[in-house]
Parts: sequence; C-alpha cells; structure tokens
Amino acid sequence: MRLAVLGAGAVGTAVAELAADYGHTVTALADSSSAVVDADGIDVDAALESKRTDGFVGADSPDAALDGEYDVLVEATPTTLGDAQPGFGHVRTALERDRHVVLANKGPVAERYADVRELERESEGEVLFEATVGGAMPVLSTVADFDSNHITAVRGVLNGTANFILTRMAAEGLDYEHVLAEAQDLGVAEADPTFDVDGTDAALKFVILANVLRGNGREYTLDDAAVEGIEDIPGSALDLATEDGRTVRLIGEVTADGEVRVGPRLVPANGTLAVTGTNNIVQFETEHAGRLNVSGRGAGGPETATAVLADVGRLDE
Amino acid sequence: MSDSTDEVRAYTVRLELVDEPGELLRALHPIADNGGNLLSIFHERGNLTPRGHIPVEVDLEATPERFDEIVDALRDAGINVIQAGTQHYSESLTIIVSGHIVDTDLSNTLSRIQQSTDATVTDLSLSAPEGTEDVSSARLRLAAEEGKTESTLSTVRSIADEKDLRLIEPLTAGDAA
Repeated sequence: MRLAVLGAGAVGTAVAELAADYGHTVTALADSSSAVVDADGIDVDAALESKRTDGFVGADSPDAALDGEYDVLVEATPTTLGDAQPGFGHVRTALERDRHVVLANKGPVAERYADVRELERESEGEVLFEATVGGAMPVLSTVADFDSNHITAVRGVLNGTANFILTRMAAEGLDYEHVLAEAQDLGVAEADPTFDVDGTDAALKFVILANVLRGNGREYTLDDAAVEGIEDIPGSALDLATEDGRTVRLIGEVTADGEVRVGPRLVPANGTLAVTGTNNIVQFETEHAGRLNVSGRGAGGPETATAVLADVGRLDE
Repeated sequence: MSDSTDEVRAYTVRLELVDEPGELLRALHPIADNGGNLLSIFHERGNLTPRGHIPVEVDLEATPERFDEIVDALRDAGINVIQAGTQHYSESLTIIVSGHIVDTDLSNTLSRIQQSTDATVTDLSLSAPEGTEDVSSARLRLAAEEGKTESTLSTVRSIADEKDLRLIEPLTAGDAA
C-alpha cells in the first residue's frame, strides 16, 4: 500500500520509519508546515533528518501530501476537540477521493463520529482507528471480532501518565506535584500534562469505544462523558486505600446503560485493573464468553505505529 | 453472596405497639420462640406514629427462612409490623473523601450519609498528615442495603459536591465488585 502520513510527531514518524518493514511505501510525509511528496516513495530517513536539523520534512506544502498519490491516508496530527479540525478536514478530503483513512488522531472519531461514518458511507474508502484506543493493544479489533452487540460493558485504564502518577503516589507516599515533576523528568508526562491528568485523554478513548459499541443508535462526544481527573487527590487518600488492600486508578467505563464515565476509583490493590506504571488495560464484559482482559502498552511512537500498520493491513488493496 | 438459606443475616423490624403494659414483651416472644437472636431494641417511648402507637425498632439475627417465620408469628400475634427484612445490610462499600473534611464538619457529613441514604457507616479511618486544618482524607465503610449501592453512591456524591469534598468512589462493576 502507498501511505501518505500526516503528522510528524512520535506516531507519524514511527509509522514512516516502520512502513517498509510491513511492506508498504510512504509516498508523503507532512508536519504542520511542510511536506515531502514522491509518488514512487519518499526517502524517509532524509525527511526525518531534515526535520531534526532544519525543522521541516521537505520543500512541499502540507496540502501537497493530502492531494498526492496514496492508497491510505494516515492521520497522525495532534488530537483536537470540538470540530476536530484540521484532522476532520483531512479525513473528508481523503474519503472524497475514495481513499482509505487510518486515524491515530482521536478527534474525528471522538467528536464527530457520525460525520465520519456518513462520509465513509459515500466513499469507496474505509476508516479504521485502532491506534486511537490503547496504543498497541488490540482493543477495537477485539470489539469487531466479538461483535459490539455481544459486549455489554467495557472498563479499564487507558492513560499511562495518570496510571504512572497514581502508582508512584501509592508506592512512595508522595504527593501529586512531586510525582508529576518526576514523571516529567522521566519523559512519562508531557510538559503540559493537562489532558492526561484531568481525564480528557482517557475520556476521548472511552467515548470512541462507546461510539463503536453503540454506534448504531447514538453518537457520543466528549460532552456526553462524566469526567473527573486525578489532580486534587492527596497522598493521604492513597495511603488510606493502601491500608485497606485497595488502590486508586483512573478508571474509564462504558456501562451497560451506555453511560461513559472516567474518574479515580478504588480498586483492589492486587486486582486485574490495578496495572502498574504506564501500562494500560481494557476489560470487556461479553455476553457469551465472560470477562476478557487486554493489557499492554497504551502509548508510545512505535507501539501506536504498530496499531496503525495493523489497520493498514486490514484494508483492501 | 451465597444463596444458602442457613446463612444467618441481620434484619431490622419496625413494629407499632399499643401503649399498654406488657406489649413489648408480647412482641419479643415470637422472635425468641422462632430462633431469632435479638441484637438491639429501640423503644421510641414518647414518639408516636401517625396512628397514635409507639414505634419500636428491633435488630435481630436469623436465617432468611426463620426470619419469614418470625414475621408471620408477629402478625399472627396481632402485632403491627410496618417494615421487615428490607434492611438486611448486605453490600459493603468503601469510599474515600478528601479535602477540608474536618473543617466541613466530619460528624455532620457522617450523619447526613446515615440519614439520607439507606446505608450505615460501619467504619471510619482518618488520615491528616498536614494537620486537621489542611487537606485530609477519610476512608468510610458503608453497609448498604442490597441493591441500593447505586442510590447510596449518588446521594454521597451530592453531599460531597455540596461540601466541596473530593470523593473517590469504589468501582462497583467488574472484578472490583
């Protein structure tokens, strides 16, 4: 397949680097201000080197990447809320050209799911977005395999930064600010960790899950989710939980009633959902097969890129 | 929870007694005679029900089977049973509240939880490493009536909201249930 990769952050870069390994050709790579486009395949290493040294991936404009030759548009620009632009516009352009779209950007499927599906219906192209939920973990493909009608509820931990902070707070008896600073030093938390610690990032993923699970009837957006973060949890709360054989995790849920909730919850300290560090877990309640857990690395460039490339592999030539 | 019928549970029975000598004793016989173990009797002397009777609350332990017999025996003896068995506290629920819990009157918070939910507070642990005037946390164990976990949590949520306290709820679904 020929891939046009929009977004040259951790995920876009990793997709471009790994594509050849999966038998694909990258025909375009764009960041927010520049692009390199070649219908015969770009020189990925040279483009990334150019971005490192000169700050741009090539001499072309980002629009040239969107309008160039490709079978699959890989949308890996930063997630935006509300109208989900410019990501949504990229999805529209590709679908109107009857091209496939693989999303790593959560915005279009969390905030405008119905619009995306509508565009897809009118297109020869297909939209897949495994990478938007749980990085490398096969979450959406598990839903597809089990059939959304036979999954009654989903819950779990889908933000590694918040999970790392809660794990360290409980283990070290430290306060939130201390652990956040440590996480930033380690590169686990971003300079602006707002969306990770206020629950927004996890909520977007559970909203996407809700759309996939109940997509036939109702469209969910971030506004439909009840979201609480972990910023104001004192160390004393973690201590009291530990004392009682429990711990606190930022848990997201799509309940059997179709509610989306994200917030800190008490869970058994040694229970399945109390994954440690930056790990993620998703727990499905299935109608005929009991409970199913999927855990692993929920973020990271190469990890998320494998989910993107798995989606590319699912598409028809 | 086991479905076994020989499991002893705690029940609360509310009775209305006529204000006559010997009535209380007469009401307790059917309980003792049918194998109920009395835990406490709250005789609200001075308080009258709308019908002019005296309300009595009896806590007892019995197996579910024997409890049914006790209620039947009470009714057979002509004693007015207003409420029976609906309050076997069977779901334990642990929550943590954080914030200025001492400044916002912890005992008021607790009594409001008791009064406005169908749950009782059975255990409390407080952690105030910065002193009680700063942010501290309390872990509460609540005994909620069967099937009332959600409504109890929703009431606790609004009390916490009103007092600007941070509530950490238990995950009541899944393997945390």
